[in-house]
Amino acid sequence: MADAARVITPTPTPSPSPQGGGERTERVPSASLEVAKAETKLRSAFTERIGGAAEYVVIPALALAMALVAFGIFVALFGKNPIDLYFYMYQGAFGTGFSWRNTLSRAAPLILTALCTALPAQLGLVIIGGEGALLMGALAATSTALVLQGAPPIVVQLAMVAAGMIAGGIWIGISGGLQHYRGVNETISSLLLVYIALAILNHLVEGPMRDPSSLNKPSTREIGAENMIGTIPGLDVHWGLAFGIIAAVLSYVLIFHTTFGFASRIAGGNVRAAKVVGLGVGRLILITCFLAGAAAGLAGMVEVAAVQGRTNANLAAGYGFTGILVAFLARHNPLAVIPVAILLGGINASGGLLQRRLGLPDASVLVLQGMIFIAVLASETLYGRFRIFRQWS
Amino acid sequence: MADGSIGWWVVPVAVIGGALRVSTPFLFVSLGECITERSGRINLGLEGNLVMGAMCAYGTSYLTGSPWLGVVAAGAAGAILGLVHASICGLPKVNDIAVGIALMLFGTGLAFYLGKPLIEPTAPILPAIDFGWWSSVPQVRAALKINVLFLIGVALAPLILWALATTRWGLILRTAGESADAARAMGYSVNAIRMRATMLGGFFAGIGGSFLSLYYPGSWNEGLSSGQGITAVALVIFARWNPMLCFWASLLFGGAAALGPALQSVGVSQGYYLFNAAPYILTLLIMIITCSPKRTLIGAPAELSITK
Repeated sequence: MADAARVITPTPTPSPSPQGGGERTERVPSASLEVAKAETKLRSAFTERIGGAAEYVVIPALALAMALVAFGIFVALFGKNPIDLYFYMYQGAFGTGFSWRNTLSRAAPLILTALCTALPAQLGLVIIGGEGALLMGALAATSTALVLQGAPPIVVQLAMVAAGMIAGGIWIGISGGLQHYRGVNETISSLLLVYIALAILNHLVEGPMRDPSSLNKPSTREIGAENMIGTIPGLDVHWGLAFGIIAAVLSYVLIFHTTFGFASRIAGGNVRAAKVVGLGVGRLILITCFLAGAAAGLAGMVEVAAVQGRTNANLAAGYGFTGILVAFLARHNPLAVIPVAILLGGINASGGLLQRRLGLPDASVLVLQGMIFIAVLASETLYGRFRIFRQWS
Repeated sequence: MADGSIGWWVVPVAVIGGALRVSTPFLFVSLGECITERSGRINLGLEGNLVMGAMCAYGTSYLTGSPWLGVVAAGAAGAILGLVHASICGLPKVNDIAVGIALMLFGTGLAFYLGKPLIEPTAPILPAIDFGWWSSVPQVRAALKINVLFLIGVALAPLILWALATTRWGLILRTAGESADAARAMGYSVNAIRMRATMLGGFFAGIGGSFLSLYYPGSWNEGLSSGQGITAVALVIFARWNPMLCFWASLLFGGAAALGPALQSVGVSQGYYLFNAAPYILTLLIMIITCSPKRTLIGAPAELSITK
């Protein structure tokens, strides 16, 4: 910082005004030096904030651009025109009203699953099991709706929200609890829980909960058209998007404007320091992981109540895994998660068009996501390297 | 029932046979991860190496007609992914766990992309040695058909144990894993050591993948590996970073993974999916039992980010 400050303001050299007398020349420079120092301090604090914020936008954007270029080269190796690729990606993601609606409907679960990684990240935990919480949330929501058949739709829907969030919350809460009380690595345990959730889902869908009329694709019975959550009026995108945005804003407030969030960030920075000042780290971990899982569980409820109408293997569409990428790209900031989820939702949405128009395999979206992920992580090394962000004035 | 001759003994026989068969990918991935982690770095992305290895092996075997070339190609693909992991982790301020997650997603995505045309065709698969010739029971004979890769893995485990313990290379690698500063003070580049360890680990994981596509189940499709890679990473923790324990743990996990198909073979189809989840549940239970929040794990390399 001292370096940067020196560059910004010309050092107040002790060059007294020509008219100045001997005595004053001694004092004035030192006084102006104090003022200059204070000014420099203020300005550097200000530029650091703006410059730092700019850094968090510019570097991920650069990483994203690099990944897009790399993906263009990759498809060019298979004889496809990269210009066509970018054009169809844009068309499929944001080109028409239909693609916007498609993008936003996919962004909704991505916001929620990204929160599943972003919230525990405040505590320094790396949770990657959002997919499992999503599946458990979907199962719980479907079961609730099937049990409450005949009740008023609003009651059924609220019960589905509650059931989905509780089931998802418990699922990630297990990972958090195991980490805190047994020292089990939360990254591995949360991923193992994804496979366990998938097994439970397959078991129930093909066994006890199977709708006998679902022949080709084993599924549960439908929750009923009257219990589906509709679309946001005027936008033609299902209410899941609103749920996601509300959850993201609430998470932001929780992390940055409450004592709970403050304590979490302290614990994330240094567990020992947090314990020394008497923070209940276990409670922080359990509550945060529960909330994280609840967000992903809500995503499962949304997928059931707004898209699928029932539970089947279609739900394991990878939203949980893309959510990890969204969280990292947004640097675990809940508000930044919203635009990033829309961007990644757009990339997901363009997959179909790439398949039809360019003949690319459906996995091309996965390759691009992987490239973005790698580029974003590699770009971590660039923070603090560029002087320009420190000298913004 | 056709196997009435041995009745319910079919289940333990099938589980043992399954353990010998299914454990091979666990074994290779865990040996590879063991080497990488002993150098002080964790590579969570071996699931990606496994799937890429499986795809490359199948494609190479299909195109050249030689499954062994496929195994080599799988190892090379795994080593390249390891190189990518190591190069990115070598940059300052980059988190190795996150890079592993990214490479897991990238590796599986790339394998699905490149492997699209390989789902239909049939490639020549790896040979097996018949150790059950003495038995007249078909189930026993099937259980004792052992693949050469498994035998290579069995030989590798003590070899790696020996190499880590006594050779110069093993000592340097362990120094980097226990204290990066000490390794630097001795004039070694920690990054270079870890890069080689990660590439070697990736190489073994890739070979583990070739077993999946070239022997059991012996075809390429997108559901080929469901978490064996990540289970094997957890298994290394359970095995306390000891290659021989990795071998025994792999057998245990192989047996757990074989439980579902074994029960299905005697007509127990109830709860098939739940039995298939046995290895994951077992991993979780073992981690719960063996981990502790109070002390560092015995045998854990001191530089490892998950135990620090």
